[in-house]
Amino acid sequence: MRTENTTPILEVRGLKVAYGGIQAVKGIDLQVREGELVSLIGANGAGKTTTLNTLAGVVPHNGGEIRYAGQDVGKLPSHLRLRKGLALVPEGRGIFTRLTVAENLQTGAYTRRDTDGIAADMEKVFTLLPRVKERLNQVAGTLSGGEQQMVAIGRALLSRPQVLLLDEPSMGLAPLVVEKIFEVIHSITREGMGVLLVEQNANLALEVSERAYVMEGGLVTLEGTGKALLDDPKVRSAYLGEEIDQGLAA
Amino acid sequence: METFLQQTLNGLVSGSIYALVALGYTMVYGILGLINFAHGELVMIGALVALQTVTALSGAFPGLHPVILLIAGVAVAVPVCMAVGYLIERIGYRRLRNAPRLAPLITAIGVSFLLQTLAMIIWGREFHVFPQLVSTTPMQPMDGVVVSPLQIFTIVVAFALMGGLMLLVNKSRLGRAMRATAENHRVAGLMGINANGVIAATFIIGSGLAALAGVLFASNYAIAHYAMGFTPGLKAFTAAVLGGIGNLPGAMVGGLVLGLVESFGAGYIEHLTFGFLNSSYQDIFAFMILGAVLIFRPSGLLGERVADRA
Ligand SMILES: Nc1ncnc2c1ncn2[C@@H]1O[C@H](COP(=O)(O)OP(=O)(O)OP(=O)(O)O)[C@@H](O)[C@H]1O
Ligand SMILES: [Mg+2]
Repeated sequence: MRTENTTPILEVRGLKVAYGGIQAVKGIDLQVREGELVSLIGANGAGKTTTLNTLAGVVPHNGGEIRYAGQDVGKLPSHLRLRKGLALVPEGRGIFTRLTVAENLQTGAYTRRDTDGIAADMEKVFTLLPRVKERLNQVAGTLSGGEQQMVAIGRALLSRPQVLLLDEPSMGLAPLVVEKIFEVIHSITREGMGVLLVEQNANLALEVSERAYVMEGGLVTLEGTGKALLDDPKVRSAYLGEEIDQGLAA
Repeated sequence: METFLQQTLNGLVSGSIYALVALGYTMVYGILGLINFAHGELVMIGALVALQTVTALSGAFPGLHPVILLIAGVAVAVPVCMAVGYLIERIGYRRLRNAPRLAPLITAIGVSFLLQTLAMIIWGREFHVFPQLVSTTPMQPMDGVVVSPLQIFTIVVAFALMGGLMLLVNKSRLGRAMRATAENHRVAGLMGINANGVIAATFIIGSGLAALAGVLFASNYAIAHYAMGFTPGLKAFTAAVLGGIGNLPGAMVGGLVLGLVESFGAGYIEHLTFGFLNSSYQDIFAFMILGAVLIFRPSGLLGERVADRA
């Protein structure tokens, strides 16, 4: 567990994002420290994807500040944020369907020139995700959803990010694959990478996260350690599919 | 049989030039979903800049070897066209990327007129003789088949360029970035790819190919003129659509098929129409074939990508 006084590598203050006239994110604060797994949960339309996309530079913000590694990166285009070490695996995976798996992984390492380092990281990805290795020469569009998710994560890891933003990596995947993906997420945080995880599966997310934020209507309404939120009755009823009277009966 | 070989050869010469130009259309379409109608003008600029260079050099240093003149002409024409292609994208199209489709299309036509007018101001309205830098002395490898070194040169250069481009696109880091950007600009950015840079590179490469096509075209017809880009531009666009726009091998196949069809059409049109049309109508073949192919294969010969682009 990281101590609370380490300075966060990613620090967001008062972030606001609008689509046309509609304010989708209404001023939120959040932090991610090195090696920390933080999750962001909330109902559909709460603004989770908007938040991650804004942090990665895909969507512009109209208020607040995004500080990464001590710098204000809020004005940088997405390709420069990646170069600084802030990577996003977008909602829906964003695989290049016409490229092979190997080419997808190579685009992940696009900004790097250290051939040996890339090869070593490639091996690491294969160890974490052996299925990816079996499919290297397959056109990525023909992979199963779970395989595509693995490629998307492997590809993001190849850029050697310091902070990885993951948008619903478990979406549409079988429980065993989800478990595998969570194992991978857990093992990358042990190497010092910070992860901000958006998850529908709030139960699982809170179980593995050190800290979590709950978003509602564009605002963060609750935050705390994963464990505290797991035990919070409001969270239990709203996001963990538990009825309050069920809890009372128990 | 001899006529057949001869027509094939003639068809390959014009077809390989169309293919080079068609690649520029198809690359830009693949990455931006935009038809760059100004692309044909780069063929003209390439030819005229090469001509200007050759004229200036042979004036200053009479007796220079034609091969050196040719290399010098190309060495100036290619970067000039690359710069023009880059500027077209940077000034004309970049800010229209999210505009309705009609806006960049109209801009493209405007840019085309602008370039033609500028060329007319610089080089005048007259036809210029393009010098024979590669020999056009006919050789007769077999009875009834005539081929010139220039024709062989044209085919060899065009095929080498096409092969080089395929290698670049399929094997290099830039090529991967181009394909990734073509599929999804947003995700390419998330991989650290500067999509604007890749798009600019696409215009630059296509423009370089157009410059070379222009030099080959002007050499084969021994003529250069400010409006010479229109017809090969339109034919190459046709070839790109024929092959399936957005698809690189399609552009090459489309260009070659178009060249061959025209050549055979010109050879046989009098028989086919019982003397009603003569070979000066060969241009209609390009568009008849295009019409026919698009009726049966709306996405072109090798195309499947038009439908899946938003
Ligand atoms: N491109 C867009 N244009 C306009 N409105 C948008 C756009 N993208 C999202 N929104 C709106 O912003 C709000 C937040 O959407 P967002 O995708 O961030 O939610 P989310 O929390 O990720 O939801 P989900 O759990 O369903 O993925 C929603 O009301 C959505 O309709
Ligand atoms: Mg979402």
